[in-house]
Amino acid sequence: MAPAKPAAQIQPRPDSEPVTAAEPITGQADHAAPRRKPALRHLGQAGRAGTRIAAVVVVVAGFAFPFAIMVTTSFKTTGDIFHAPPRFWPTSWTLASFQAAFSQMPFWHYLGNTVLLCLLNVIGTLVACPLVAYSLAKLGWRGRGPLLVLVLATMMLPPQVTLIPIYLIWNGLHAVNTYWPLVVPAFCGTPFLIFMIRQFLISLPDELIEAARIDGASELRIYLKVVLPLARPALATAAVFQFVWTWTDFLNPLIYLNDPGKYTLSIGLYNFFSEHGVAWGPLMAACVLFTIPAFVIFLAGQRYFVEGIATRGFK
Amino acid sequence: MARRDLMARRSRTQRRQLLWGLAFAAPWLIGFAVFIAWPIIASAYYSLTNFNLFQSPQFVGTANYRAMAADPVFWKSLQNTLYLTAVGVPLTLLLSLGCALVLNLPVRGQPLYRALVYLPTIVPVVVTGYLWRWLLNVQYGYVDRILALMHLPQPDWLENPSWGTQAVLLVTLWTVGGPTIIYLAALKNVPRELYEAARVDGAGAVARFRHITWPTISPVTLFQVVVSVIAYLQIFTQPYLLAQDHLNSSSGGPGNSMLSYSMYLFQNAFVYLKMGYASAMAWVLFVVTMAVTAVVLVTSRRWVHYGSR
Repeated sequence: MAPAKPAAQIQPRPDSEPVTAAEPITGQADHAAPRRKPALRHLGQAGRAGTRIAAVVVVVAGFAFPFAIMVTTSFKTTGDIFHAPPRFWPTSWTLASFQAAFSQMPFWHYLGNTVLLCLLNVIGTLVACPLVAYSLAKLGWRGRGPLLVLVLATMMLPPQVTLIPIYLIWNGLHAVNTYWPLVVPAFCGTPFLIFMIRQFLISLPDELIEAARIDGASELRIYLKVVLPLARPALATAAVFQFVWTWTDFLNPLIYLNDPGKYTLSIGLYNFFSEHGVAWGPLMAACVLFTIPAFVIFLAGQRYFVEGIATRGFK
Repeated sequence: MARRDLMARRSRTQRRQLLWGLAFAAPWLIGFAVFIAWPIIASAYYSLTNFNLFQSPQFVGTANYRAMAADPVFWKSLQNTLYLTAVGVPLTLLLSLGCALVLNLPVRGQPLYRALVYLPTIVPVVVTGYLWRWLLNVQYGYVDRILALMHLPQPDWLENPSWGTQAVLLVTLWTVGGPTIIYLAALKNVPRELYEAARVDGAGAVARFRHITWPTISPVTLFQVVVSVIAYLQIFTQPYLLAQDHLNSSSGGPGNSMLSYSMYLFQNAFVYLKMGYASAMAWVLFVVTMAVTAVVLVTSRRWVHYGSR
């Protein structure tokens, strides 16, 4: 906030300027103020721009600060890490924590397992969700209305209710400690993603589908050749969501995997902490390595994320 | 004759449509039957049994529900969870709306800043948990360091029973990126003409927020309240990781101050193998969730404005 103050004092009642939707919180627009000299006006505007930038900096710093600590800790020597009071910058930078993380934990193995699970889940989502969404959006069959209500209703059900019986099903099939319980549900479709793709498909013109139908194309062919290519943006959103969900999932691997050879990164990290609790350097290094892929995927698919969340907000 | 032909053809088309509709919806219909419908029925039955995974379930009537009423740990976990919900939901709303207003300001580089605020929500929860354990460390952590620089008291977040729940709250508030993005989208949907008209009438910034922004986004606020109430009532991973003990797989933090309802449910199911008791707990959670959501929806009529939309 500091840089904004001097200018605001020079010009306590700044003249009005275009006000945007979000201004109520910081805006001090006062249209009744008399017109000032242009130079002073510029100063006032600079002051308000300064206030805005300061507000943004405070918010972003609050959220980004923990990441900064994670990164600097991972490059610190043990002496720097266990220094009280803590210092932000390392006195000397070292890769020792990363080397320790790699040698004390089969990082590449866990990474391979996690990527495999992510790929299988994304494939499952991309196979199942658009099929169901298309049925709900464009196929005029009796019962699709109730089905939509059912899909939405299941989003309200606490997962705790179904957790134990589902575990018992997999236990009965001797599939605990395999990847089946972590993959098969994706091939049945996720209500949230089904709903999101359905909202997208509904906006497509019916004429395209009707034209293909008149040309004698089968329903399956219409779906594969007409609908899926048009739905690509919604499918990308769904894929990004599913990837991040599987990548960050903790509870399901915790319940279903107990053979270290099958661990995902989440559970690997969890066990690493159990064994080397206070090894903060290697732990933070592992956290950094584990965060990077989600970060990259997020930056690449940022647009899809925001769209997906906005859809969900306005159902 | 022709009419009957037409009707026959129409019913044939309808049947064809029904078959195709069901065929396309089949993955989810199968999933619903296997992973939702059957588990709901099974869970209701297990909640009335004594079941430890190795012997078949024994019917015990409402014994699990009665045992819950007499279980102090159950009440402690419920109390923690209701506290987190009662405090966490308003704070989530305030913080996410504040962040959305700031991130909606006309400043260059906003897409990057929005990404940075959203980022904590896509970080693996395990990373979030350990990162905050480090930040909240009483000796080497930065949260207490910052508090010391501001001459504020520096609690022992992870060891002091009266601060454990606040630590969980703090970690959850770091991940308000989701609600923030939703509010951001809502703010962009507020018609600009309204602000201009208000400004012509001489309304100040606070008045514009109270009379235009707040009522216009109130349906979105209702959505946010419902979603975050449900999320807080089901909270598991953050407290589970904050309370994680090196040797003990069923820690609830200092004095069980971090023990959430779902953590206790998980412990009963997978540590003590009391599947019947845990199923009963799941049903109580379901009822509590429905009751709280119903209260929110009923009272919302007073403050939600469904305007032109």
